[in-house]
Amino acid sequence: MTTFLRKTHPTTSRLFTTALLSAAVMGASAQAFAQEDDDPIKVGILHSLSGTMAISETVLKDTVELLIEQQNEAGGLLGREIEPVVVDPASDWPLFAERARELLEQEEVDVIFGNWTSVSRKSVLPVVEELNGLLFYPVQYEGEESSENVFYTGAAPNQQAIPAVNYLHDEVGVERWVLAGTDYVYPRTTNRILEAYLKEEFDVADEDIMVNYTPFGHSDWQNIVSEIGRFGSEGKKTAVVSTVNGDANVPFYRELGNQGIDAADIPVVAFSVGEQELTGIDTAPLVGHLAAWNYFMSVDSDANYEFIDAWIEHTGEDDAVTNDPMEAHYIGFNMWVEAVEKAGTTDVDAVKEAIIGVTVPNLSGGSAAMMPNHHITKPVMIGEIQDDGQFAVVWETPSTVAGDAWSDYLPGSRDLISDWRKPMECGNYNVAENRCMGSDAEEQAEEALAED
Amino acid sequence: MRIPCYAVTTRIVTCLLISLLSWLPMTAAAQEQDGQALLEALDTRSFDDKSEAITAIIESEHERADVWLQALLDSDLQRLKDDGRFVIAVDSAGLDVSIEDAITGESMDDVTRRDLDRLTINNALRSQLRSAISLVELYAGDRDARLDAAEGLIGDVEEDQVEPLTNRLDEEPSAAVRDRLNQALAVYRLNQGDVEAVEVLSGSLNSNIRVALNRAAQSDDPLVVDAATAALADIEQNLKISRAAETLYFGLSMGSVLVLAAIGLAITFGVMGVINMAHGELIMLGAYTTWAMQQLLPGQPGLALILAIPAGFMVSALVGVAIERGVIQFLKGRPLETLLATFGVSLILQQLVRTVISPQNRTVITPEWMSGSLVVNDALSLTLNRMYVIGFALVVFAALILVMRRTRLGLEVRAVTQNRAMARSMGIRATRVDIMTFALGSGVAGLAGVALSQLTNVGPNLGQSYIIDSFMVVVFGGVGNLWGTLVAGMSLGVINQVLEPWAGAVLAKIIVLVFIILFIQKRPRGLFPQKGRAAEG
Repeated sequence: MTTFLRKTHPTTSRLFTTALLSAAVMGASAQAFAQEDDDPIKVGILHSLSGTMAISETVLKDTVELLIEQQNEAGGLLGREIEPVVVDPASDWPLFAERARELLEQEEVDVIFGNWTSVSRKSVLPVVEELNGLLFYPVQYEGEESSENVFYTGAAPNQQAIPAVNYLHDEVGVERWVLAGTDYVYPRTTNRILEAYLKEEFDVADEDIMVNYTPFGHSDWQNIVSEIGRFGSEGKKTAVVSTVNGDANVPFYRELGNQGIDAADIPVVAFSVGEQELTGIDTAPLVGHLAAWNYFMSVDSDANYEFIDAWIEHTGEDDAVTNDPMEAHYIGFNMWVEAVEKAGTTDVDAVKEAIIGVTVPNLSGGSAAMMPNHHITKPVMIGEIQDDGQFAVVWETPSTVAGDAWSDYLPGSRDLISDWRKPMECGNYNVAENRCMGSDAEEQAEEALAED
Repeated sequence: MRIPCYAVTTRIVTCLLISLLSWLPMTAAAQEQDGQALLEALDTRSFDDKSEAITAIIESEHERADVWLQALLDSDLQRLKDDGRFVIAVDSAGLDVSIEDAITGESMDDVTRRDLDRLTINNALRSQLRSAISLVELYAGDRDARLDAAEGLIGDVEEDQVEPLTNRLDEEPSAAVRDRLNQALAVYRLNQGDVEAVEVLSGSLNSNIRVALNRAAQSDDPLVVDAATAALADIEQNLKISRAAETLYFGLSMGSVLVLAAIGLAITFGVMGVINMAHGELIMLGAYTTWAMQQLLPGQPGLALILAIPAGFMVSALVGVAIERGVIQFLKGRPLETLLATFGVSLILQQLVRTVISPQNRTVITPEWMSGSLVVNDALSLTLNRMYVIGFALVVFAALILVMRRTRLGLEVRAVTQNRAMARSMGIRATRVDIMTFALGSGVAGLAGVALSQLTNVGPNLGQSYIIDSFMVVVFGGVGNLWGTLVAGMSLGVINQVLEPWAGAVLAKIIVLVFIILFIQKRPRGLFPQKGRAAEG
């Protein structure tokens, strides 16, 4: 009986549960039901443990394991144990899709926590949609996406990039902008949004914006840093908005320090540099450069201190650091737990419905709510790098900001909204045309962008 | 020594020193109370209020005001959570922080970081504190500090600072500092519309002066406009020269990195003909050795770095020998299999580092004498760490040339590579020479790693980013020719840096690659092809 139940498609399993329930009431198969009840709930972890992205993703695997451990100590979920199923997609984008399929089809996990890069998420997307899985994605990303099966617990551009630019303009008085990024989809889309935003909102002229892209892992920053220095010494206050990703940051910051570009003159605000990335750098010359996130390890709240203590104990390293995507998993995991408890089952459709509106505490002393567009509410913080590799929060939004799946500043996505509640149930509803764009919304948005 | 005491409207400056020298004895209790109130005002969330509190501290001429300002700037001024006392962190290197009382200066028991609240500052406050401290330095600091302070004043002089600064000019012993002060005052006068100020400013490459001249060139007074435009044209000319020199320096420094990464390969691939895809990982091991040495010798990053040079050579050489004995010797004359096998070795080494050490990058500290830059003029400063790397690359290159040309090993290596059978019949132990050569090439890769640890990430992926570039340099320079590697590396570096400003980093890389492909089509044996018997072997 149990084996038969396991093989059913997730959408139909509810029917069987009901059937089973009545059967259980009749006492015909009470034993089978009890057995099902004791089976552990499986949680898939899809983070690279080898290859380029291992540097960022291994800690996220550890975070989910820690959260599962804590949940089990607190009595599990629905009276059942939670069991982590860890796979290694090895920083290989197509392999992400294969591993996700393996998790859903063979391991039959109830939920997946995973991915870092946008390209890996795009590769997993068709798989979780086809097999009706659940994916919690914990990293800040470029937006322009909303899937029925994905929950985006990282920041959308309006929860990170836009408030950061507002801070620089309003509080620091920046008039010239360098948009520097690694050459791939996230920086390119984010910089497009920022360029449109700067021109529209602050009337920034073309000559006051410098856009620069570098390849992945770029290590020779001499020329670019010197160019930034020149661009910034024309009399107007200048700032660098950096979407430089991963390994390239260390030589970039080293060069900034060596060429004596001081944060007081030309601050660099980064969207991909957190505590984890700073562990590879001597931060003394970088004091005062900025980062925009929704969480910093230095945040002063009891929940944060408890989490840090647990994390240090889990890793066994006294100098272990926490960062923003880890908090995103913390929020995402607790939201899923709450939704499962609310629905009374781990069935994907029931959880998807139950999770909208679920509110759980975040680590900065507030709370996060799941919105109908599968994005969450987050406070936005600007932190300045300190000499101990931590950030000191210098600015914070007065209240939390809800994530916006489709940017209001790009021509193709301006009219789109996402709402997965009934009756709309659409990730890309066009309010101008009053219809759901369906699966090709993204391509159309991109076409409109290309024409622009 | 008389110190002028003055206050400025926007940026409050006073002589903290005077309070130190001529401090009249007050009752200790009064001082303490006063200090507590002054510091209390700093403990606010609003940065505007903090700025006012700093101004109040400067004006108070409190005995310990300069200590507080410096501690605040260094983020060492903190507050105990339980009793609200202000303390200064003296040593916060470990888990426990040793502290002293901010007001009395008495040492207190160590506390943990959790017990302390940091008084945070932002960039605006940081500049406020720096200019307050630097103005004290202008009167009291050593020559470098005075020079920095005077430089900071350019474009930043307020009306009520003019008189004390003019007085300071007479007392200042250093000519360089006097020049800067004169320029600072001239910018002030230029902003007031004084034509004669332009004369003092012409020829300077300082960016604040350029901004002031630019502004003057757009003013209403035709006289000022003419003078400023002429001065600007002059400056532009100088700037062009500086920029060309800068690009050349960038190119040479990038080239020296390429040479360092490729020179080991020039021996294993160029001279021995072994395609070693794990060459990048040998570089990585050298960088990790540097990190390990710094872990072994905490507090002495410079010494550790110097010791890492022989250590990095040995570690990589030993691993190189292991690769040669374990894999390559069985695949002699089968380049395709060698390529695949060593590629496997490279993946194994990467994952080994990930599992054994950590997938995270490791921090390698740059020693004091290697950080910062050598200022040639206001528009051209040469970063010191790059300069050391250029020098190191040249030394390593010279040493290798000597080994190959002047030692018995070099002679044997050349003999074995030219004609293995003949060399063996002359009594040279070819296998031993193979091992030694491979060890030499691998060791040099380790040296490259030691140098690269000062420029880039020390992480498991370090080697991957250099392996392609290394092969590119060796092939371009001509396989088997060390001089070719030097010239190829340097010229590729310079070409890349010249292209980068107008083509962008991504396109510059592509253009260089396309150029090399075309070049190899025309001259398949590279820049300096080997001639004679060696070429046929």
